Amino acid sequence: MTAPPETGFAGAIHNTRRAGLVVVQPRMGFAEPSAMRAGLVAVRDARATTVGTITLDSYTRVGDLHSARTAVRTRTRLNGYPLCTHPDDTTRSMLSEVYRPGFPIQIRHGSARPRHIIEAMARIGLDATEGGPVSYCLPYGRTPLRSAVNEWSAACDRLAEMSTPERPAHLESFGGCMLGQMCPPSLLVAIAVLEGLFFAQHRVPSISLSYAQQTQPEQDLEALAALRRLIGELLPDLDVHVVLYTYMGVFPRTRAGSSALLDESARIAVFGGAERLIVKTVMESVRIPDVADNVAAVERAEREVRCSQQMRAAGRHPWAPSESGLYEEARTMIDTVRSLDPDLGIALHIAFRRGLLDIPYCLHPDTQGRTRSRVGPDGRLEWAHVGSLPIDGPRPAGHAVGAQELTSMLNYVADRFDSTVAVR
Amino acid sequence: MTLRRLHVLVTGTSSDAHTWNLMYLQLALEEAGHEVTNLGPCVPDDLLTETCVRLRPDTLVISSVNGHGHTDAARAAAVVRHDPRHDAMPIIVGGLLGTAGNPNADHAPALRAAGVTAVLEKDDLPKLMRLLAETRAAAPAPATATATAAATAAAAATAATAAGRELEGAR
Repeated sequence: MTAPPETGFAGAIHNTRRAGLVVVQPRMGFAEPSAMRAGLVAVRDARATTVGTITLDSYTRVGDLHSARTAVRTRTRLNGYPLCTHPDDTTRSMLSEVYRPGFPIQIRHGSARPRHIIEAMARIGLDATEGGPVSYCLPYGRTPLRSAVNEWSAACDRLAEMSTPERPAHLESFGGCMLGQMCPPSLLVAIAVLEGLFFAQHRVPSISLSYAQQTQPEQDLEALAALRRLIGELLPDLDVHVVLYTYMGVFPRTRAGSSALLDESARIAVFGGAERLIVKTVMESVRIPDVADNVAAVERAEREVRCSQQMRAAGRHPWAPSESGLYEEARTMIDTVRSLDPDLGIALHIAFRRGLLDIPYCLHPDTQGRTRSRVGPDGRLEWAHVGSLPIDGPRPAGHAVGAQELTSMLNYVADRFDSTVAVR
Repeated sequence: MTLRRLHVLVTGTSSDAHTWNLMYLQLALEEAGHEVTNLGPCVPDDLLTETCVRLRPDTLVISSVNGHGHTDAARAAAVVRHDPRHDAMPIIVGGLLGTAGNPNADHAPALRAAGVTAVLEKDDLPKLMRLLAETRAAAPAPATATATAAATAAAAATAATAAGRELEGAR
């Protein structure tokens, strides 16, 4: 393993890891530069070990810069920061004295065609973002996978080119969050690792692989262990860390329920060995969270992280990881895809076309759409139909999941946390 | 009386990446006996208009939850309405249409001005089902299973017009 970088996004993670902490990060973006700056300052000054986030607006994400410009000009509310629309100098002054070595900032966007965003980052001097040819394409739109692979190849090359040994660019795979919920963990792990291998193929010097909290902590711990093992086996020479997302699906409606879910994610991060945690707020089910919501969330997560670390130091473990063969399932899918073509971009495209990778309930035209998943009786997320995936599992002939069942599964976590706290 | 199946076109808006709302609507509408074409998320305006022309759906359902729905759905409705062939097709918009957490009704006047027939509040599936049931009940079932495509299209147009009036009355 190369020497860990000292600065930039990767450096901050290493410094925090040395201190035995988990970096906590919000998901936050505001259209107005003053509001964005205020949000970043508030996160930096929060009582937690944080990094900053600038989430871009949806128009910038899909490359509709005309609509982004119109919205800025007419002061129409946008759901994020229009990085490619505000003049670069406006962004530079928004960041001045905030974006410093001790407080790195990640650009989050969700774009299948991210080159305009990467170029803006390069001009401004921002060095960390997230995405991937699969994870930023299939769940989010209709961009052909082949085109997303080409675009992300170019984006990765540009990130590699921007990098210096002192200041490596950082790219996080969003592969562990496919569709936010209902994707079985073995497939999440496989896609995250495959995207990591794709980034490595394009010489991105510093990467992170994600995993989103699902329906059962024991299963999440098994997934995180599998992810870490696969990183050790397949990406041994790269700077890689693991990032956990607080549940990305339908959020509890009660404040107590959403707080308990956030707490559980912080415990999973600690006991699963994640270096970074991306949080949600208690207002998630109600509206787009504001700065105070985000500060409250990172501070709450930090308290729970410290509390869990004390538990761990005392040898107390809240959950035993399940042993369901999750690593083997993920490894089989990864090996199958890698055998299709030496170029991972081509291999990914072939895999989705043949259904060797297939995300349940994904509407993208370039997927087979044959797999289905369900929340099992014990609360684990499991396969209801494995389609053409190269793994063992159910392949029922009839219709598997209806609207009512889908709703109750989508709400399973929210209901569990809302009802648990109601009983207390 | 045998009710005619409605063909419902379900779509997200141009900037909205969310899909669970669309997947849920598809399953629920199919279970209610409708035929669904699901365009998925991030549908550009030209794909939407082209699909409306090609498939001539009985109803267009636009679902958006990313906060841009109040502008994106208005623009989408306006471009669909630009073609007079879709005059009679109800356009129903729902989800979470603004970023401020206020009711969708706040955005209804602008959406209606752009050609939207009905604006539903978040999660108001019962109202969507009611509106579709009215459209369906107003549609006479084809006399025989071998009804010509022209007759089916005419029936659909009549049904849609009737539903349009119903919806007008409901405002």
